[in-house]
Amino acid sequence: MAKDKKAESSGFSRRDFIRGSAAGALSTGLLSSTAAEGAQSGAGVQVQGPGPVAMTLQVNGKSHRLELEPRVTLLDALRNHLDLTGSKKVCDRGTCGACTVLMDGKPVYACQILAIEAQGKKIETIESLGSPEKLHPIQAAFIEHDGTQCGFCTPGFVVASKAFLDRNPHPTRAQIEKGLGGNLCRCGTYAGIRAALLAVNAGKGGSNA
Amino acid sequence: MPEYKWPEANDRDLIGKRISRLDGPAKTTGTAKYAYDINRPGMLFARTLYCPHAHARITKLDTSAAEKMPGVKAVKIIQNVGTEIQWAMDEIVAVAATSEEAAEDAVRAIKVEYEVLPHSVSGEMGEKAPNAKPAQEQTTGDVNAGKAAATVTSKGYYGIPTISHCCMEAHGHVCEWTDEQHLETWSTTQAVSSMPGEFAEGVGIPAANVRSHTNYMGGGFGSKFNVDRWGIECAKLAKETKAPVKWMLEREPELTIAGDRPSSYAEIEVGAAADGTITYWSSKSWGSGGPQGTGTPPLPYVIQPPNRRHQHISVPTHMASSRAWRAPNHPQACFLTMSALDDLAAALKMDPLDFFMKNTALTQRPAVYQEELQKAAELIEWKKKWRPRGQNATGRIRRGLGLSMHTWGGLGHQSNCEVSIYPDGSVEAKLASQDLGTGTRTVIGIVLAETLGLPLNAVKVSIGDTSFPASGGSGGSTTVGGVSASTRRAALNALEQLFAKVAPDLGVPPDQLEAEQGTIRVKGNPGKSMPWKQAAARVGMAPLTVRGANPGPGKLIDQGVGGVQMAEVSVDLDTGIVKMQKMVAVQDCGLIINLKTAESQCYGAMIMGITYALTEEKIIDPVTGRMLNANMDFYKLAGIGDIGELVVHMVTGPEYDKRGVIGLGEPPVISPGAAIANAVANAIGVRVSHLPLTPDRVLAALEKGGVS
Repeated sequence: MAKDKKAESSGFSRRDFIRGSAAGALSTGLLSSTAAEGAQSGAGVQVQGPGPVAMTLQVNGKSHRLELEPRVTLLDALRNHLDLTGSKKVCDRGTCGACTVLMDGKPVYACQILAIEAQGKKIETIESLGSPEKLHPIQAAFIEHDGTQCGFCTPGFVVASKAFLDRNPHPTRAQIEKGLGGNLCRCGTYAGIRAALLAVNAGKGGSNA
Repeated sequence: MPEYKWPEANDRDLIGKRISRLDGPAKTTGTAKYAYDINRPGMLFARTLYCPHAHARITKLDTSAAEKMPGVKAVKIIQNVGTEIQWAMDEIVAVAATSEEAAEDAVRAIKVEYEVLPHSVSGEMGEKAPNAKPAQEQTTGDVNAGKAAATVTSKGYYGIPTISHCCMEAHGHVCEWTDEQHLETWSTTQAVSSMPGEFAEGVGIPAANVRSHTNYMGGGFGSKFNVDRWGIECAKLAKETKAPVKWMLEREPELTIAGDRPSSYAEIEVGAAADGTITYWSSKSWGSGGPQGTGTPPLPYVIQPPNRRHQHISVPTHMASSRAWRAPNHPQACFLTMSALDDLAAALKMDPLDFFMKNTALTQRPAVYQEELQKAAELIEWKKKWRPRGQNATGRIRRGLGLSMHTWGGLGHQSNCEVSIYPDGSVEAKLASQDLGTGTRTVIGIVLAETLGLPLNAVKVSIGDTSFPASGGSGGSTTVGGVSASTRRAALNALEQLFAKVAPDLGVPPDQLEAEQGTIRVKGNPGKSMPWKQAAARVGMAPLTVRGANPGPGKLIDQGVGGVQMAEVSVDLDTGIVKMQKMVAVQDCGLIINLKTAESQCYGAMIMGITYALTEEKIIDPVTGRMLNANMDFYKLAGIGDIGELVVHMVTGPEYDKRGVIGLGEPPVISPGAAIANAVANAIGVRVSHLPLTPDRVLAALEKGGVS
């Protein structure tokens, strides 16, 4: 993931993702050539899979031991193996953001990360962010400003909003439009989401406007 | 019998207010369980082998290797050797396996061969297409006389492509047999009440033995009424494997076969007298919605010149069948009509606002459209900002204004509601309805609480389960009218019985009682009352359970709405990029139950409209017949930064209230394409004839004319 130190970015706009992918493709190329050399020399290469391998995921403050094939994505691990279904599977290729989770505090698309890669990272899903009985202020603002309709994109938006507001608690509309650019909605809840994010920390001091 | 009517404006505690949706907490915390989220013990995952050709015959099929793969529990041939396939991504074989990965591996191990047959995938070919059907013509008045009366005429060719529904939650089901004869399903559908009948027919058991759930569903927009073949095959796989099976479409089939709004193209000729009064309309349209072609769009739309002729040619293609797309046929007809009329206004050198205002005389509801045009113009500052085509700003960035108007029916559907008042005072409404995200659940709660004089949090709303009384499918903007009327009647019926039980204690006849402020009290004498809880205790040991239906007695609903939208855009002449600056929606829909979610329907519809105006198109490769952009990278939805400023104004007041409740989900999505296209024409001085208004199309139009 490319580093973006600008306050207005959540670190996760679509443009960042494209940049990150390009970098990722490059490093994958380097890795595989290293692996190929390693295989030839037979030295120091640990091959895992293709069958299930033991792995440990730190999700929402709990440690989960799982036996998964290395190709299983973090999203499928969460949904199919831990029954954490708040993160949604929609595009399944890093476009829509419905599967957004926090990895060491940064928002990531869980469909683009292998579960095996997520080991040793602190994973936080929508399930850790609040409950119907005790809503997080972002969730309360989404409800107040009707930033949800069918609701399928909503958890991803809420998690992305959390990451965004953690970095920029008093955003302008333009900053929200850039910072939440990595999530898509079909019902058209953007107006409500924009209003919600402007409202979350309003009256709590500080402003970029 | 109670008097079935809505409370007067000064007597409404909840109706018409801005109320947050009841399921907001479940949706924002990720605890809402959609069909896609159902995980059952021992559940298997289905994956499908799809046909890669638009038209082909299966010549060889060998599933033996797939059957032996680890984790595979069933391999089911859906279409066998010899079958002629009529569109790309039609289902050939389904696999059920213990994991998604194992099912995918098995699909890859299936050997299949096809004889590829010639295909036709272009609806725009019209009468030149191989399977085009004969033209159908409708004529009213005398078009030649209308032509003779015209001082200015305008001719144009306009097109709006096939688009997909692209529901965030893909189509699909989880199916589980509870015994040999009983099926339970979790279905993402707009019509939960019709699931049992469709499943039953497909698997050969009585409909009474099927129970379906749709507690939450992740978008439908008209594409999710039926069980579909994948639903029936999912139930069959579950029976064969004696295990629950989840079958959700991957994104490529979701975009290719599970969503399709028919294309529409038209050559249009119109003329007007010097004062702007339209004297005639003549059009020839064509388009496709898959194998069945497409129906005649309602042309001309909203404005009905006295002399008009319309020809339509239906073009069957090798594409998956079209599905109802939010306001079927209307966005197409609206775009074609309002584009042609806007071009006529330009030919007349008339401000389109004055031109459309004048021609409201040719609509069914002139006064409503006049009021709405006036209000929208005020909100977008039309008179201050509007300039003739191509004359707004100089240099690279040009600005433009455009408008459009639309109509819809929205009469409430058949609905049954069961209201229970429990001896402890709790209250529940049960309906086998569904909330597509429109706020149905909340509307039911508001009507129930308002009628019983209780706060919203004192009532429970249970929907999305076919063990509840049947309620109609959510299509045609019929749900809000249907469920609000059935719930109102059920609640009034329940109150009537409750009044009879408590009247002796309060010493008045039952018809002298009212339910207000958490009490049952004597009308005109609020001091004489009984708290709700105490009154409810009089129902006895068992709950008081009463039903209400729609249709039914009393005028609670109506049909027929109007709406006007205006768009302000900027266009970059160098890049061809169109940016939304501002958009205004003015909409009537009778009595509004929940102002907050009503406004959200308009916001959402405008955003969906911005998307189909600027970026959305199913791009079908004429060579292979396949959809080239069946993923969300290249099937582009607008993002939060693409929408500009949005303003919604709901038209309300006593005249609208007395009509009763009218549906709203569809009408506001009809106008955006036309309003935005007209704004772009205004900005750059030349018509971009086809949606979406992509940079290449804008630049191509500028090559031919317009500002430079």
